[in-house]
Amino acid sequence: MYDIAIIGAGVIGSAVARELSRYALKIVILERGNDVAVGTTKANSAIVHAGYDAPATSLKGKMNVKGNAMYDEVCQALDVPFKRVGSLVVAQHDEELETLESLLENGKLLGVPGLEILSGDAVAAREPNLNQSIKAALYAPTAGIVEPWELAIAYCENAMDNGVSLKLNFEVKGIDRKAGCFEIHSKDETVTASTVINAAGVYADAVYNMVADSHFTIKPRRGQYYLLDKEANGLVNHVIFPCPSKLGKGILVAPTIDGNVLIGPDSQDLTPFDKEATNTTGDRLQYIRETAAAICEVVPYKLNITTFAGLRAEPSTGDFIIEESMEVKNFINVAGIKSPGLSSAPAIAERVASIYLDINPNTAENPAFNPIRRPRVKFADMTIEAKQEMIEKDPRYGRIICRCEMISEGEIIDAIHRNAGGRTLNGIKRRVRPGAGRCQGGFCGPRVMEILTRELSLKMTDIKQEGLDSYILTGKTKRGDEDDAI
Amino acid sequence: MTQYDIVVIGGGPAGLAAAVEAREQGAKSILVIERDRELGGILQQCIHNGFGLRVFNEELTGPEYAERFIDELEAMAIEYLLDTMVLEITQDRQIIISNSEKGIQIINAKSIVLAMGCRERTRGALAIPGYRPAGVFNAGTAQRYINVEGYMVGKRVVILGSGDIGLIMARRMTLEGAQVLAVAEIMPFSGGLTRNIVQCLDDYNIPLMLSHTITAIKGKDRVEGVVIQKVDQKMQPIPGTEIEYKCDTILLSVGLIPENELSRKAGIAIDPVTNGPVVNSNMETTIPGIFACGNVVHVHDLVDFVTEESRHAGNAAAKYVMDESRSNHKGTVIRTKAEEGVGYIVPQQIDMDSIDGKVALFMRVRNVYHNASLSVKLGGVEIKRVKHRHLAPGEMVRVDIDKQLIKETQAEMTVSVVLEEGRV
Amino acid sequence: MTKEMVCIVCPMGCRLTVTSADDTGTLNVIGNQCKRGEAYAIEEMTNPTRMLPTTMIIRGSLLKRLPVRTEKPIPKELIFEAMKKIDDVVVEAPIKRGDVVISNLLGTGVNVIASRSMKHI
Repeated sequence: MYDIAIIGAGVIGSAVARELSRYALKIVILERGNDVAVGTTKANSAIVHAGYDAPATSLKGKMNVKGNAMYDEVCQALDVPFKRVGSLVVAQHDEELETLESLLENGKLLGVPGLEILSGDAVAAREPNLNQSIKAALYAPTAGIVEPWELAIAYCENAMDNGVSLKLNFEVKGIDRKAGCFEIHSKDETVTASTVINAAGVYADAVYNMVADSHFTIKPRRGQYYLLDKEANGLVNHVIFPCPSKLGKGILVAPTIDGNVLIGPDSQDLTPFDKEATNTTGDRLQYIRETAAAICEVVPYKLNITTFAGLRAEPSTGDFIIEESMEVKNFINVAGIKSPGLSSAPAIAERVASIYLDINPNTAENPAFNPIRRPRVKFADMTIEAKQEMIEKDPRYGRIICRCEMISEGEIIDAIHRNAGGRTLNGIKRRVRPGAGRCQGGFCGPRVMEILTRELSLKMTDIKQEGLDSYILTGKTKRGDEDDAI
Repeated sequence: MTQYDIVVIGGGPAGLAAAVEAREQGAKSILVIERDRELGGILQQCIHNGFGLRVFNEELTGPEYAERFIDELEAMAIEYLLDTMVLEITQDRQIIISNSEKGIQIINAKSIVLAMGCRERTRGALAIPGYRPAGVFNAGTAQRYINVEGYMVGKRVVILGSGDIGLIMARRMTLEGAQVLAVAEIMPFSGGLTRNIVQCLDDYNIPLMLSHTITAIKGKDRVEGVVIQKVDQKMQPIPGTEIEYKCDTILLSVGLIPENELSRKAGIAIDPVTNGPVVNSNMETTIPGIFACGNVVHVHDLVDFVTEESRHAGNAAAKYVMDESRSNHKGTVIRTKAEEGVGYIVPQQIDMDSIDGKVALFMRVRNVYHNASLSVKLGGVEIKRVKHRHLAPGEMVRVDIDKQLIKETQAEMTVSVVLEEGRV
Repeated sequence: MTKEMVCIVCPMGCRLTVTSADDTGTLNVIGNQCKRGEAYAIEEMTNPTRMLPTTMIIRGSLLKRLPVRTEKPIPKELIFEAMKKIDDVVVEAPIKRGDVVISNLLGTGVNVIASRSMKHI
C-alpha cells in the first residue's frame, strides 16, 4: 500500500514525485512506457519560456513565470545543463509591432523580468543570420533552453534516490475506488494507494474517466520538428519566435542546450483517437521549412540529423488543470499541461505538493531528503588533466564509444546503473547522447548494445530501441542460438 | 609526450597503405591509431569478393585484402594502437588520444596522415517522414551486425538507395534467409557498380525501382511497413503512385560522408562538394605536413583506388619528414576545376614542384553517359581527351596526366564530359 | 539468338552482346574489353557460376563468425544448398587465412576457405 501513486513519469510526474519525496511518504510512479520521459516530454521545443504570452489571469501564465524563476536552482541541484539564452519575438510587419507591445504589457502584468523591445538593427546585431526584413523584436532575457527528458530523468532519479519507487511498463487499465484507497490495475499487476496523482499527459482524461465522468478532455495537438547537426551551431543565439497567432507560439528557430539547432513545431489538431500519432508527415515538414524561412532564410537543412513529432496535451478548458477532483477525494489531476508545461514544471510540482499537504496536513518531512543528484561525468567537456584523472580512477572512461559526441564507456555504464537508469538504446541516448549525433548510432549502436547486455545480463536479442516491442535484432545468423560461440 | 615521424589516424585500408608505403620510403617511427578493436576498418565487415583486382591482380574479399596489409604492417614492425580514439589534432601536429589502457596521451608528429574514412548518411539527413521505430538500419550497420557480430536484423526487408552497400546487403540478407522485397532508388540510375546490380539483385530476382523513394515509414515500435512512391524529374513524389510493402526492416544505403570532424577542428580547409579536405597532388591538406587519403578525402567505390591514393600520401608524408621544404604552396600551383558533367576533382590543386612523372586526377561524373570523352583542358586548351564507353556517377574515374603535358601556368585545369557528337 | 548482359568479372561492368550462330551454336561475344569478358559471357550462357562469400560459426575466438568464401566460383544453382551446408559447419579457433574449412563443397571439387585469420582466446 502506497501513500501516493503518480500516474505518468514525464517531466510533470517526475517533478511532482521529487517534490513529494521531501516528505515521509511511500510513493510509486506508474509509467506505461519502457522508460521515463517517453511521452510529450521527449518531443517538444525544449524551451523554458520567459512567460509573457499566457493571459495574466491564467494558471499557465502564473506557473510559467514562477517555474522559470526556479530553474537555476533546480537545474543546479539536479546537475541538468540549463542556459538562459533569452528569446526574441520578431515582428516582420508594422501591424506586428502592436503585438509586441501587447506582449510586453502582458509580460509586465505577469512580472516577467527584463523585457524590452529591440529595434531591427539591434536584432540584426544579435542575430546576423535572421532575415533583414525584421522590424523589431521583443527581447526576453530570462528565456532558457534545457533538455526536457534530461530534466525529467534527473527529477525521477533524485526522487528514487529519496525513496520513490518506479514501475515501468505499467499501463493503467482501470482504477477501483475502495474505502480509503484506490486499486490501480495494469494488465498483470495491481497497486494500492491512498492518493492518486494523474499526470498521464495526453491520456489524463482517460485516466480520470476511470474514476469519474471527466469534465475535461485532452486533445492531442501534434508538432513536428527538424533537428540540425552541431555544425549548424551559432545559426541563432537566442530562441527566435515569430509573432504568435491563434494556433500558438508559431514555428521557432532555437539553439538546443547540446549545441544543435531546432526548427518547429507546426501545430496540428488531431482527433482524440490519435494519441499515438507521433509520426512526421512530408507536407507538414515542408510547411515548417516554408514558414521558418519567413524568419530565417539560411537554415542549412542539409545538416538535418533527425525529424520528430510530439503531441501536446491540449485541454478542453484551455488552461492547466491542477486540482483535487471535486467528485473524487484524494484524486489529484495534473492535466492539460501543454506549453508552457516544461517551463512551469518546478512550480507545478510545488503546487501539487501543497494541494497534497492541504489534504494531508499531518504529513511528516523526510529527514533523509537530499535534493542533490550525483553529478554526471561529462567526459567530452573535461580538461585533459581531469580526463586523465578520471581514467586513472576508472579506465572505462578512457574508452570512447560514441565518436560523434565523444561519449566514454564509463558514462554509459553509469547511466545504466543509476536510479531510473537507461535500459534501451534510446534510453542511453537520452541520458548520455551516444547515437544522438550525426551518425545517429550507426557506429556506436552495436557497442552500446554490447555494454547493455553485459551490464544487465541480457542477450543481444533482448535489447530494445524503445518500447517492449521495439526489438532490434531478430536472432543469430546460421540458425545459431544466442550462446553458440561460448 | 611521445614523438613520431608519422602518425596515421585510422587503421583501415587507407591508413594501412599509407603506413606501409611510408615505411618503404624510409620513414622510421610510424604510429597507426585505430578506434576499433582490430585493424582493417570497414573491410573486415565487407566479406564479399571483388577487392584487389588492380592492386593484387586477383579477386579478394574485404578481410583478405585487409589482412595482406596487416601482415605487411606487422612484418615491418610498424606500431599501432587499437581501441584508441583521437580526441583532437592541432595545427602544430599534436595529437591527443584516449584509451582505457593509458588514458590520455599527447603525441607529437612531424607529419600526420588523416585516414578516418567516412560514415553513412542517415534517415535524418533525408528527413523521411513517418514514425521512428526500430528496424531502420544504415546498410553498413546492418552489415556489421550480420557479418561481424553474427546477428540478423530482420526478416522482410526493403532497401532504400542502390549504393554498393545496399546492393551487397540485398544479396547478403537473402543468403541468410531474409526476404528482400525491393530496392528503391530516387535517381533514374543506380549509384552502385553494375556488377553488383547483376550479382546481388538480378541473380535473386530482387526488383530495382529507379525513380522511387520511401515516403512513409509505418510501425511505432518496430517497422511494420513502408510506402514507396515514384518521383518526378524534380524528385518530388507523384501522388497516386503509392505502393505499400509490409516489412519489418528498412536498410538505408543513401550515401557516405567523409568524416572530417578532426580535420575541421584542426582548421583544415574542406571542399564543400567532396566534404573532404582540399588536397594537392601530394594529398597534402592546407596545413603543411598533414596529409589525407582514402574516403576521408572523397568517397571511393573501389578499395584499390584507396590503396593507390594512400600509398601516394604515405610516400609524400615520408618525403616531407625527410625534407620539410617539400610542403605545398611553394612553387607554381594549378587549381583543378570540375566543369560540364563532372561533379568534382581530387586533387583540388596541382603543385608543380612536387609532382614526379604524372598526376592522377580522380573524379566523378554527374550523370550516366554512353560513348563520351573526358576532356582535360589547361587554360582553355585541351591537353588530353580520354574516351569512355560508359561513365556513371557510381564509378569513380581516374585520369593520369603526364607532367610534360602541364605547362607552368597560372591557369586552371578543367575537366568536362564531351559526348562524341561534340555536345554535352 | 542474341543476349545482352553486363560483364561482372571485374568492376568495369562491360556491356556484352552474345550472339549464337543458328546453325553451329557457336557463341560470338562483342563489347568485352578483355579476354576474361569473353570467357565470362560464354560461361554465363552455358554454365553460370558465382563466388560464394559468407560467414560460418567459429568457437574460441573473440568474434563469433568467421568470414569464408568458396575458393573458386560454384554453379549458380547450388548457392542456397551451399549456404545450408556451410551453416551447419562449426570451426574452432585458431584459424589462418586460407585454411580450408570445408573441402569439396557439395561434390563440386571447390573448397571453402577462411577469409581471415582468427586467434584463439
